[in-house]
Parts: sequence; structure tokens; C-alpha cells
Amino acid sequence: MISVNRQGEVWVFAEQNEGKLADTPLELMSKARKLADKLGVKLAAVLMGDQVSELAERLVQYGADKVYLIEHHLLEHYQANTYAKTLHDLIHKYEPQVVLCGATINGRDLAPRVASSVKAGLTADCTDLQIGDHEVKATKEVHKNLLFQVRPAFGGNIIATIINYDRWPQMATVREGVMPMPEPDVSRKGQIVEEKATLTKEDLLVEILDQHTRPKKVDLKAARVIVAGGAGVGSKDNFRVIWDLANALGAAPAATRAAVDLGFIDKDHQVGQTGTTVRPSLYIAAGVSGAIQHQAGMSDSQKIIAINNDPDAPIFQIAHYKICGDLNDIVPKMIKAIKERI
Amino acid sequence: MPYNCVCLIKQVPDTKKISGQAMNDDGTVNRAALPAIFNPEDLNALETALQIKERYGGTVTAITMGLPSAADILRESLYRGADDAILVTDRKCAASDTLATSYIISCAVKKLDYDIVLCGRQAIDGDTAQVGPQLAEKLGITPITYMEELQELANGRITVRRAIENGWQKVRTKLPVLLTVTDEANEPRVPAAKFIMKYKNAMAPIEVEKAIRNDNTALDEQAVKQLIEDEIRVLEEKNLLIKQWDLGFLEADINWCGRSGSPTKVHRIQSVVLTAKGSKEVEPTESGVSDMVHELIKEKTIA
Ligand SMILES: Cc1cc2nc3c(=O)[nH]c(=O)nc-3n(C[C@H](O)[C@H](O)[C@H](O)COP(=O)(O)OP(=O)(O)OC[C@H]3O[C@@H](n4cnc5c(N)ncnc54)[C@H](O)[C@@H]3O)c2cc1C
Repeated sequence: MISVNRQGEVWVFAEQNEGKLADTPLELMSKARKLADKLGVKLAAVLMGDQVSELAERLVQYGADKVYLIEHHLLEHYQANTYAKTLHDLIHKYEPQVVLCGATINGRDLAPRVASSVKAGLTADCTDLQIGDHEVKATKEVHKNLLFQVRPAFGGNIIATIINYDRWPQMATVREGVMPMPEPDVSRKGQIVEEKATLTKEDLLVEILDQHTRPKKVDLKAARVIVAGGAGVGSKDNFRVIWDLANALGAAPAATRAAVDLGFIDKDHQVGQTGTTVRPSLYIAAGVSGAIQHQAGMSDSQKIIAINNDPDAPIFQIAHYKICGDLNDIVPKMIKAIKERI
Repeated sequence: MPYNCVCLIKQVPDTKKISGQAMNDDGTVNRAALPAIFNPEDLNALETALQIKERYGGTVTAITMGLPSAADILRESLYRGADDAILVTDRKCAASDTLATSYIISCAVKKLDYDIVLCGRQAIDGDTAQVGPQLAEKLGITPITYMEELQELANGRITVRRAIENGWQKVRTKLPVLLTVTDEANEPRVPAAKFIMKYKNAMAPIEVEKAIRNDNTALDEQAVKQLIEDEIRVLEEKNLLIKQWDLGFLEADINWCGRSGSPTKVHRIQSVVLTAKGSKEVEPTESGVSDMVHELIKEKTIA
């Protein structure tokens, strides 16, 4: 644990895999930049790996004032122990006030381990971060400029704002896609601070015997238009109507968890709390009831069209265009109208 | 070679069945308002432990920290084949965040002889996935999170397949290890009739006390105490006593438990109400749909 340090920096853990920066730390930069500006402190990225120095410039372009660069051959592949130890030591050396991590699998592996060894608070899977004041009701004591860690809780049914006013750093993880990716500014200048990791082979607790990654079947985050089908589509065969509408629009096909669980489409297409978070210009939801966990992944879409034969479906509450009817009738009409116009 | 497995389980409100009044004013959860269930991925962790026992021998101990009612999921574990069940319960555990929880549980696990500690990947009430890795740190053992398949256990080493972003990796490490198990790992078994028969009367001391007090309101305190003591002894002799540990027994440092041990605090709780600004009803007819498409093209929402 470190004590409250108002001069402390705002840090983002710059996750990289195989020499490539993950999206989440870059997405986090725009928000972290705002937090640092509000607090009047520097924004630093923490970059660990083996021969990854060329990534440091990019982090500056995305908003970092400083990059702590820790290169070590034992940091080549992410491992809980080596990465946590290194980050722990760095936190004790510089005493940042905020430490943010992407809520990727590695981020969710690393952050709790570090929080535990540093004895700091950690909030998982935040959907928003802000700076604000908190009054302790019992003592009327006011803690100024805290990190407000906003996250859905209880299966997404409530939104909780979590704070941490006495044992710093204030740590949080943020889900991929929740924050919009900033535009890099190639003219930005920053400071690269090289740090040493004190690691020995004994710190490498795990042997990685084999590893396999495959590209995602669909890049929902990059799609301007998304057509999502839900359980109401009825069958895998009938999901064809979703693909057809998506094709007509040059859109990405997506789905609810119910549709994925029913085997209508691959899990890579799932939108929502446990899927991808998207913010397209247009989101078309057909046969989707609009459960809160689904909304958590798409309610920031600029325009939403809902097609549902139940006038009371919750999706209608957030839709800009409400079409009450059978999707098997309406979707073909839409495809026809699009083909006529474009 | 036999392995001793300790399986951490949690009783959680069934968030799928949530109703309006599930939160207290102070932002804590009103657990009474929701059905309580065995956290789903903890069943996958338990299943992994039971499979290890069946294959290599050893024991499976289920532990939970929670309210007295959490004894229900300990019984559920016994019904599935666990050998021992421990309820960590204490008023001073209340309002523990993940850091305090992992500290308290670490004190309990340190009292046990273990080779493998298993947790579900995450619990559906908080979805944080934090207690597992934090516990491993506190125990000073290797964590392997997101386990999808147990592949090999031999010569004091374990090999598993775990999820990574968009893929998987196969990793090996020396025991002791802490695994967090995903729902990909296996299909949890259902309770077995023979174990239900055997353990249906298993109880924790706090449950014994409550039952006896309810049934004997007319007796004086001394007599009630005697009844409780006797019943606990009988259960113990029959191997039906769910162990019950409090913070005193764990020799836990109170400063790291409950509210005082929890750096994270709730600032505010809001219920979720999302609504669209400016919405239209579209007629489900050819012209209605066509007008909408036209509008979207005109404003360049669709190109
Ligand atoms: C912890 C947790 C995490 C979750 N994460 C996610 C997540 O990431 N993403 C997600 O999507 N869900 C998630 N869920 C599940 C979520 O709660 C809902 O169960 C799911 O979103 C429902 O999917 P659906 O709308 O396709 O199905 P349903 O709720 O069954 O809705 C089907 C809809 O189709 C309509 N319909 C039926 N036939 C037609 C027709 N012919 N024409 C038009 N409309 C029709 C019906 O009126 C109904 O509204 C999660 C749940 C939990 C507990």
C-alpha cells in the first residue's frame, strides 16, 4: 500500500502481446489523458516486454507524457508473476495515484495480483472513469479529486460508482471497446524512462508449452453499421436474414448471447456485457428483447433500430426507430428498400 | 500419487432472477430478496477437483466464506463427492471487498494441507475474477487463471490449457498451484443419491444452534446450551459436522478484514434506466420501412 499521493501520476499498463500493443491500453489513453489533465499530473504508460522499445513512441502519440520502458528477456511473454513483480516494484518506486489496466485476460490476471501485493483497492471491468469528490457520511470528511470507478454490478442490473480514498494507488480495469479509440497525434513528444526489472529464472513460474491464437471472425468494434439478431430469429437457417441485411448494408452481423447459445452464430459476434462493446453509427436489433446485459454493449450506438413483435420489449425504450412486427416480414422489406436506394 | 484439493465456492444471488428491491440504501446487496445459488463456475472448479480425486486419489475440501446460509452450498458439495466442508463465517467479515476476502480466505486455506487450490473463474454477483489471483498472491503459490482443460498431472507438475485473448495456451507448472476454472472446463455433475442420503443431515454448528433454539423455546439457557453441545458432538462422531471457522479461529488480523480491510468503498449506486432521445414509431409496412431507410441514407447514417 502507498499513501495518498496527490502528485502521483496516472498510469496505464500498456499491454503488448508478441510485440504488438493491445487495443485496450490505447483506448484507455483518451480517458486517462482527461483524468491526468483534470488532476494536473502526468500521464504515463508502463510498457514491459523484450525488445519492445519501438512501441513507446506510439504510446506517446496516443497521449502519454511519459513511458516507463522495462525490457528484460524474462518479460518476453506475459506471465502473472514476472509482470506483477515488475509492476509492483515500479508502483513502490514512483507512487502513482491511479493505475489502469485493460480488462483483457492478461489484465484481469495481472491487476488483482498487483493489487493484492500492493494492498490497494481494485475495481474490475469499469465502463467509465471520472474525477470527483466523496463525503464520508459518518465523519463529514470530504475526499477531493478521487477516481470514480463506474461499473455495472449484479449482472448489469445496477451501476455502482466505487472509490478508494485511503489506500492508493486507485486501481481499475476497463473492458475492451468501452472507451473510444483516440486518434494518434504523430507530432506529440514525450519522455521515455528506462527502468530495470530485477528478475531471475526462478521468477518464471510457468512454462508456456504451446500457444495458439486466431483472428476474431468479425471486427465488431470497427463496424459503422451492425445488424444484430436475437433468439427471436428462430433458427440458424433463418439467421440468413441477418446476414442478408448485413450484406446489403455492408454491415457486420452480430448477436445476443441467447442467439449465440442457441448456435445461430459464432461467439465472436456476441454484443454485450460478456461480449463486445460497440458504438456504431447504426445498430439494428432484430428479434432482440434488449436485456440489460445486451444493452450494456450497444446502448452508446448513435442510432438504434429495433424490430420486435412484442410492443413491450425493453429494446424499444432505447430505440430511435421502433418497428413493431415480425422480423421475417420487415427485414426483407428493409433489404428491398436498401437495394432500391443504393 | 494422491492430491489434496481445496475448492473455494461462493453462494451468490441468482442475478438472472433479479427484482427491483435487491439493493439496500447503503449500496450493499439485499441478498434476502433473491434466490441464492451455487456460483456456476465454482461448480466447474469442484468438478475438476472431484475428477482429480477419482483419478489420482486424495481429498476434496470445499470452503466458503459467507453467511450461515452458505452451508447450503457446502452440503451441495458433499452431495457431489467432497470429503470435507468448511464454513468461514463471522459478522466481522461483512462488507469485505475482494482484497479483504482474499486475505480472510488465505488465513483459512493456510490451515489446510493442499496441493491444488481451485476457484471458479468469477462469481456472477460481482464478475470481478479477482479473489482467485489475490488469494494465490497471499498464499505465495502460482496462479493459473482461465483454465479450460486439465491435461496432465504427474510428478508434482500440472499441465493445463488456459484461455488467452483470442486463443489458448498450454502451460505447465509445479505444484502447489491455484487454478481458476472456466465453464469450458467440464460439465459439472449432479448430486449423487448415495451422498444425499449420507449427508442430508450434515450441519454447521450455527445451524444446529438455530434449530435447537427454535425447537426448545421453553427450556432455560443452560439446558439449551447442553442440547446444542450434545448435538454437535453427535454430528462430529458421525462425520456430519460442517466445520465452522471464525476470524478468531483463523487468527486473522482484523485490520485486514471486513470494512476496515477493504480499500474500495461504494460512492453511489444507480439502477439502470436507459432511454433514447427522440424516437419514432415506424409502420411495419413497405412504405414505412422505405421512408426510414431513405431518411438514414439522407443523413448519411448508411452510405
Ligand atoms: C452475467 C450475464 C451476462 C450476460 N451477458 C450477455 C451479453 O454479453 N450479451 C447478451 O446479448 N446477453 C447477455 N446475457 C443474457 C441476457 O440476459 C439475455 O438473456 C439475452 O440478451 C437475451 O437474448 P435475446 O434478446 O436474443 O433473447 P430473448 O430475450 O429471448 O428475446 C427474443 C426477442 O425476440 C422477439 N421475437 C420473437 N420472435 C420474433 C419475430 N418473429 N419477429 C420479431 N421479434 C421476435 C421476442 O419478442 C423477444 O423480445 C447475460 C446474462 C447474464 C446473467
